[in-house]
Amino acid sequence: MKQFIIFVQKEFFHIFRDRKSLLIIILMPIVQIILFGFALTNEIKDSNIVILDNSKDVATTEIIQRLEASRYFNVARYLHIEGDLETAFKTGTIRLAIVFQPGFRESLLHSNHAQVQLIADATDPNTATTVTNYASNIIRDYQTDLNNLVQTPYMITPQLRMLYNPQLKGAYNFVPGVMAMILILISAMMTSVAIVREKEINTMEVLLVSPLKPLLFILSKAIPYMFLSLVNVSTILIVSVTLLEVPINGSLALLMAEALLFIAAAVSLGLMISNVTDSQQTALMLSLMGLLLPTLLLGGFMFPIESMPWPLRIASNLVPSKWFFIIIKNVMIKGLGFTMVWKETLVLFTMAVFFLGISLSKFKIRLA
Amino acid sequence: MNSVTIEHIVKKYGAKKEQVTALNDISFEVAKGELFGVIGPDGAGKTSLFRILTTLLLADSGTAMVDGFDVVKQYKNIRNRVGYMPGKFSLYQDLSVEENLRFFATIFNSSIKENYELIRDIYVQIEPFKDRRAGKLSGGMKQKLALCCALIHRPSVLFLDEPTTGVDAVSRKEFWEMLKALKLQGISILVSTPYMDEAGLCDRVALIQSGKIMSIDSPKNITQKFTKTMWAVSSAEMYRLLNDLQQYNNTEKCYAFGEFHHLVLKNDNEGKDEIMIYLLYLSHHEIELKTVQPNIEDCFIELMSKSNHQQ
Amino acid sequence: MSETVISADKLTKKFGDFIATNEISFEVKKGEIFGFLGANGAGKTTAIRMFCGLLLPSSGAATVAGFDVYRQTEKIKQNIGYMSQKFSLYEDLTVKENIRFYAGIYGMNRQSIKEKTVGLLKQLNLASEPNTLVKSLPLGWKQKLAFSVAIFHEPKVVFLDEPTGGVDPITRREFWNLIYQAAERGITIFVTTHYMDEAEYCNRVSIMVDGKIEALDTPRNLKKIFTAASMDEVFLQFARGAKRGE
Repeated sequence: MKQFIIFVQKEFFHIFRDRKSLLIIILMPIVQIILFGFALTNEIKDSNIVILDNSKDVATTEIIQRLEASRYFNVARYLHIEGDLETAFKTGTIRLAIVFQPGFRESLLHSNHAQVQLIADATDPNTATTVTNYASNIIRDYQTDLNNLVQTPYMITPQLRMLYNPQLKGAYNFVPGVMAMILILISAMMTSVAIVREKEINTMEVLLVSPLKPLLFILSKAIPYMFLSLVNVSTILIVSVTLLEVPINGSLALLMAEALLFIAAAVSLGLMISNVTDSQQTALMLSLMGLLLPTLLLGGFMFPIESMPWPLRIASNLVPSKWFFIIIKNVMIKGLGFTMVWKETLVLFTMAVFFLGISLSKFKIRLA
Repeated sequence: MNSVTIEHIVKKYGAKKEQVTALNDISFEVAKGELFGVIGPDGAGKTSLFRILTTLLLADSGTAMVDGFDVVKQYKNIRNRVGYMPGKFSLYQDLSVEENLRFFATIFNSSIKENYELIRDIYVQIEPFKDRRAGKLSGGMKQKLALCCALIHRPSVLFLDEPTTGVDAVSRKEFWEMLKALKLQGISILVSTPYMDEAGLCDRVALIQSGKIMSIDSPKNITQKFTKTMWAVSSAEMYRLLNDLQQYNNTEKCYAFGEFHHLVLKNDNEGKDEIMIYLLYLSHHEIELKTVQPNIEDCFIELMSKSNHQQ
Repeated sequence: MSETVISADKLTKKFGDFIATNEISFEVKKGEIFGFLGANGAGKTTAIRMFCGLLLPSSGAATVAGFDVYRQTEKIKQNIGYMSQKFSLYEDLTVKENIRFYAGIYGMNRQSIKEKTVGLLKQLNLASEPNTLVKSLPLGWKQKLAFSVAIFHEPKVVFLDEPTGGVDPITRREFWNLIYQAAERGITIFVTTHYMDEAEYCNRVSIMVDGKIEALDTPRNLKKIFTAASMDEVFLQFARGAKRGE
């Protein structure tokens, strides 16, 4: 027990004396959350558009007013000839151009066939799709209002309700995502680096020659970083609740317990990495490429897994973050209880035990 | 019982095609309480040997016992009773002197209090700096701290792998004085070094080169095996003197050695007069010529060139 | 007397309150082998860094190869070579690639690199190994190669920082033979070492203690002055009085 206590104490000395790294570890979650929350949002706000109105009648004026009134668009300029369109897009600040054909209202009323053209800058395809969708909706709304006056008998008006996230806040999705990312980074990367550093500075040789048991060594290395990770979970939760107004709908205790389980799995992964690497640099690379990248790509919060080709869908099942992401979303956002996430929890638990087993059995009691 | 017994140890590295033999059929014994030196240049196999004995590395063949335990099967027993100081001092640079010492004491199931007597003479020299981080210590002080850490659990056998490398001459001298004191405490010590002049401070030494032991004996006996006369020559122009002596037709070997050149003749019947005539003929002046007792480095050079010839 | 290649006049470097080198003054002549001795932490490394143009002095004056250490550091770097035990060659490049790389850094042209490489490899008995990776060479060969590379561009001075640590006694002497040959060609050698027998091979030796140069003379004179049998004893007399560590 004495061995264990002094070892953990030593690890904390390392952590607290490396001020810069400690600061990064503590601040990273906050920076990430703020980055995702305010800068990298998927919502479109105040997109610059240009308008080429060849008709200039009541209908087009009304539509333009509606576009401008919405919080999505901001009319940057009115163009007069077709040729200006390209120059406008070339500035790079224009997302969308709306072109009304001559005699717009006339054709709308008489031939029921008015033409409006939406031209989007599709260098960023996601934004382009969103922007054109928003614009089409506004134009369609106008048409509906117009028709209401004329009383069309057959009309389907779907009513949409956004469950759990009525305001369609991106935060509901990325808070669990960032949590998965930060925990993988801190737990796995820091643990593996901490062990490999002992190899680099030669202290590993002396520790191996000492009567210290491998399990004790691994535990003493893991516990300080599990503790740090829990601190991170707490900061993320506090920042999300206060700053982003993302509620914790489910049980906090369950949330923390699930986080601890995920941390254990991540730490075991870190141990596995440290078994196969001899330099901090390789450990870092392996953690980034081998853990962070799959978390980002296959974790489910950046790109929807359902729309991936089947090999990737299968591969995503091997990524612990995917399961953690589902659990946290269910518990935190949907407010579900343990009975609804026990399957995912079991998968995570199995993974943690499996990784820990491997790293323990593969732990090198000698140098080569 | 011997502290260390090694029989036919072989260690190879690398894939089959480019295999390097680090240790080639090494056998020797170290008696209890002995100060035993393993002397040879970098790459001779010293570190591999120490790692095998400290159970960190498995030999390809051969057996080794430390303190009566087999290094493979009973490695746990060995890990409880040896002290080990690896090549580059293994200390935590961001921990203070005292924190390092306490950490290693606890890891080896001991405490500073328990064995303070053993390290006192060494520790008092660094105690004034006990709150300083190990990374901020001088080379000599790091070396002393590393030794304290290796000793703090009172090991029965102490392995020191190149403890004096990169340390200045003064610290080296002090270090060897510490080892002598430890020997009196009954601890067997195996120490490796590339510095030939440190051989004389050991009870027995093994001269090792390219994974092979060239000679193993007390320093005195090794130098006595050198049967030829060793001449020491100097003149006003040392570099020209070296070239000229190497051209001399009775020269078996001539090399620089400190302020003199050491010279071994093919035919020992010739001597001072003949060399003198040769050098005066080449107009050397301020010539000094005398016979000297060969030392370990001379013997090492002799043995090295012999084994090079055999290859 | 031949030309002065290194001159230092009250050269001082302070780090805060700490005086790493304290008013050191000396001159080194062309083709001289100058031993720069001192215990760990005596200030050797700081001094060498100032001479190599890597560190600005706090006060005092110094020139290397005729260039000022304050204002002409780029010129100095063109005219010196440097080799240390810790850093010398790229382990994962071949012998030839290392030579080409270092020669290229000093702006040598392709043709002269090619011609000189052949001669160098022959001299070092490496003629059959131009394409061997440096890491698979024995340590002694590496050190000899590293030295030859450091003087490949015929610098006026070469700084050697403990060049022979851990090398076997035969190779150590072969190494010193290379040093002598370079000195005969007029290259000034500025060398630090922990082997006191190597101090005897130097034309002149300085001993630094706690940032100051306490003795400077030929090995022979030093032994006479301090009534010592060897340089080892001379060195110990000084270094034992040293107060500070690294």
